[in-house]
Amino acid sequence: MQEKSRSDGRPAAFAPTRRGFLGWLLGGGITALLGSILYPVVRFIVPPKVAESMEASVVAAKAGDLTPNSGKTFKFGSRPGILVRTPSGEYRAFSAICTHLQCTVQYREDQQSIWCACHNGRFDLSGRNVAGPPPRPLEMYDVAMRGDEIVVSKRS
Amino acid sequence: MEIRPTERPNWLAERYDIAGWIHFLQKKAVPRHHASVFYFLGGMTLFLFFVQVATGILLLLYYRPTAEAAFESVQFIMTQVHFGWLIRSIHSWSANLMVLFAFLHMFSVFFMKAYRKPREMTWVSGTILLVLTLCFGFSGYLLPWNTLAFFATRVGTEIAGALPFIGKHLLHLMRGGEDVTGATLTRFFGFHVAVLPMITTALVLVHLLLVQIQGMSLPLRRDGSVPKEFGKRMPFFPNFLARDALAWVVTIGILAALAAIFPWELGEKADPYASAPAGIRPEWYFVFMFETLKLIPAKIGPIDGEILGILGFGACGLLLVLVPFIDRSANHGRWSLGFTIAGVIALVYMAVMTAVSYLMGGPS
Repeated sequence: MQEKSRSDGRPAAFAPTRRGFLGWLLGGGITALLGSILYPVVRFIVPPKVAESMEASVVAAKAGDLTPNSGKTFKFGSRPGILVRTPSGEYRAFSAICTHLQCTVQYREDQQSIWCACHNGRFDLSGRNVAGPPPRPLEMYDVAMRGDEIVVSKRS
Repeated sequence: MEIRPTERPNWLAERYDIAGWIHFLQKKAVPRHHASVFYFLGGMTLFLFFVQVATGILLLLYYRPTAEAAFESVQFIMTQVHFGWLIRSIHSWSANLMVLFAFLHMFSVFFMKAYRKPREMTWVSGTILLVLTLCFGFSGYLLPWNTLAFFATRVGTEIAGALPFIGKHLLHLMRGGEDVTGATLTRFFGFHVAVLPMITTALVLVHLLLVQIQGMSLPLRRDGSVPKEFGKRMPFFPNFLARDALAWVVTIGILAALAAIFPWELGEKADPYASAPAGIRPEWYFVFMFETLKLIPAKIGPIDGEILGILGFGACGLLLVLVPFIDRSANHGRWSLGFTIAGVIALVYMAVMTAVSYLMGGPS
């Protein structure tokens, strides 16, 4: 397309024209309209922050619940934890969420280790990732006896 | 190098035969006369339906359809979710406006006798769409699971249950049991978000297709004359569509203003064991039927007054659907006075009954 020029010699592109002005007005108006619709919609879709129940400690089990070389999962806030009694009778607690892809792990008595069924990941009794794909050890919790209750708490 | 637009290789045109479509859009025109403004009512109803679909999908992200969680989830939308109050209020306001515009559309088509041959099926599909719209309103009203919704649903389904022969089964089917419970809520939810949208979308497509095939109807004049102005036409694209779009933008503004100034109330959570609050009445578009059933005597001769009322409304609905097949005069291009009078009577009856309910129905 050949560029039109006006009688004063200025190229048309820089000359304010009524059509150009109306075009900008219409385009700006439509953009503003779409923006004022999309903004609330996007904000609506993003879920609001819900206060997570952050319990500092929880009763994971009673003293007689676990025999040596066994384990069980328990609810810690909104996430699962795992309580393990080692073959020597010691209690240990970890986050039960596998560090690989967030499956929930379980205690394998035959292997005497913590095992993730999803991708065959294995953690030792200190929570260290010893086999399979998990990249990090399990988060370890503190275990304390209070009467006959086994209390698990997060490390600060 | 210069390429003319017509010679530019078109990705779509090389693969699909779109020339016919483009030609159709270019030559599509809308009659332009003193009553052209009524052509916008259908498009407005359709636009409000789109608003309902969009806001409805958004509400689905947070809504939970159980008796235990429904009220709380709507409360969560109204108080916690960003702009949740806006989305829900627009959904409610737009629903009411959609019913209003569907009625306006229907009456304008009725009085201009646009249902006459050859547009009978457009009318039939339209009246069914109106009924579906009312079903949307009825089923959606229950979803927040508040006191008003609970009793409105109880009364509404009970009315259907009064029908002879099929009433009992219909009642059971609608409630998902003997009473209005969480089972009813889940059922109404399924209808509201899946069954009704599916049927409505299909029927809207048919309705629109018929309008596209036959074009707009010209109003039938009382003296049978065809004014000169009926020859005038406006291109649909972009002239008519631009006017449509302007109306839609204004509607969005009105919806947002209504939602901001009058956010839709949530009320109190439904308690199946609490008494119905005084002044309870259904949504405004059901009020004329509600008031009729309230005023009708318990017994008319040997027949239950209520059943007579319900059957009467059913018969009127059926007549409405069949209008183009009954109105022979209009089909022959003659202005049918009887049908205009019947329409006016129906309109006056609806207005009076609604007014009676709101003016004399006690505190609301």
